[in-house]
Amino acid sequence: MSRPRSPAVSAAVRQGVSVSVATGLYGVSFGALAVVAGLTVAQTAALSLLLFSGGSQFALVGVVAAGGSPLAAVATSSLLGVRNTLYGAVVSPLLDVRGWRRWAAAQVTIDESTAVAVAQRDPQAVRVGFWATGLGVFVLWNVCSLLGALAGDALGDPRAWGLDAAAGAAFLALVWPRLASRDARLVAALAVVVSAALVPVTPAGIPVLGAAAAAIAAGFLSPAPRARRGGAR
Amino acid sequence: MTPTVLWATVLVASVASFALKLAGHLVPQHWLATDRVQRTSGLVTVALLVALVVVQTFATGPALTVDARVPALAAAAAALALRAPFVVVIVVAAAVAAGLRALGWG
Repeated sequence: MSRPRSPAVSAAVRQGVSVSVATGLYGVSFGALAVVAGLTVAQTAALSLLLFSGGSQFALVGVVAAGGSPLAAVATSSLLGVRNTLYGAVVSPLLDVRGWRRWAAAQVTIDESTAVAVAQRDPQAVRVGFWATGLGVFVLWNVCSLLGALAGDALGDPRAWGLDAAAGAAFLALVWPRLASRDARLVAALAVVVSAALVPVTPAGIPVLGAAAAAIAAGFLSPAPRARRGGAR
Repeated sequence: MTPTVLWATVLVASVASFALKLAGHLVPQHWLATDRVQRTSGLVTVALLVALVVVQTFATGPALTVDARVPALAAAAAALALRAPFVVVIVVAAAVAAGLRALGWG
């Protein structure tokens, strides 16, 4: 490069790299869980390459493992992917890309790349942070989930390794940072009740969709929180 | 699911995922900027993930059961409360469940 990088841009790169490494490591657990659920190594790799959204991938595999229908698997995965639409709307004006780069940006629009991008102040750091994180996670997530899939194939009985419990822990870790607000905790409690009530009486996959439907109803029926005066924190 | 159906599921879900991402980049921003849409989307994500925790931990086919997965989830929650990194949380949960089963429970 002819110009020295600004400190803000260097900081964005460092954040992107550390987030990529952490996310990549948990790609190993995704790969192992996917083959244990009955996907082939090729199907697992296809999910990481093409679907590329951690929560949706874990969800699809979870529904498959529970014996759910293809429709329930696609619906659950896609509902979890709706938040990426909102992320796209947030980062698109900041990136200002056209043509094939816009398609590439869309594919790497996920929790991590959006979080690092919007945390930057300098416009160039926003762009660098988005791409460093998006591409870094993409590469490491794919490499690590492939390694996990190959390892999972060799493991044998998944229950003896506690891998079924690891799946629940993975979802808990994904939802944990989202439980900060009171509304989120109320909806979480509602989701526990609805999904547990539906498990004995509906086919696999439906309890999760039922909880999502309850959350949509709660979101639209409850009064919107009033705008706080005098400057929120 | 048969291998063909499973492949179809993987590919359809992948197309849907990309379409959702691309839609965010293409639609005018103000369409999605309403408070209600943002808030409901966040709540749906929470509900889906929590329901997946419940199903993965308590469902055995159509029955609700308590086995080694439950203390494993509690251990994962403790690790999260201590701000452990993601991969540590997963390993702790798996180790607790595997350990309890090695001891002959759950």
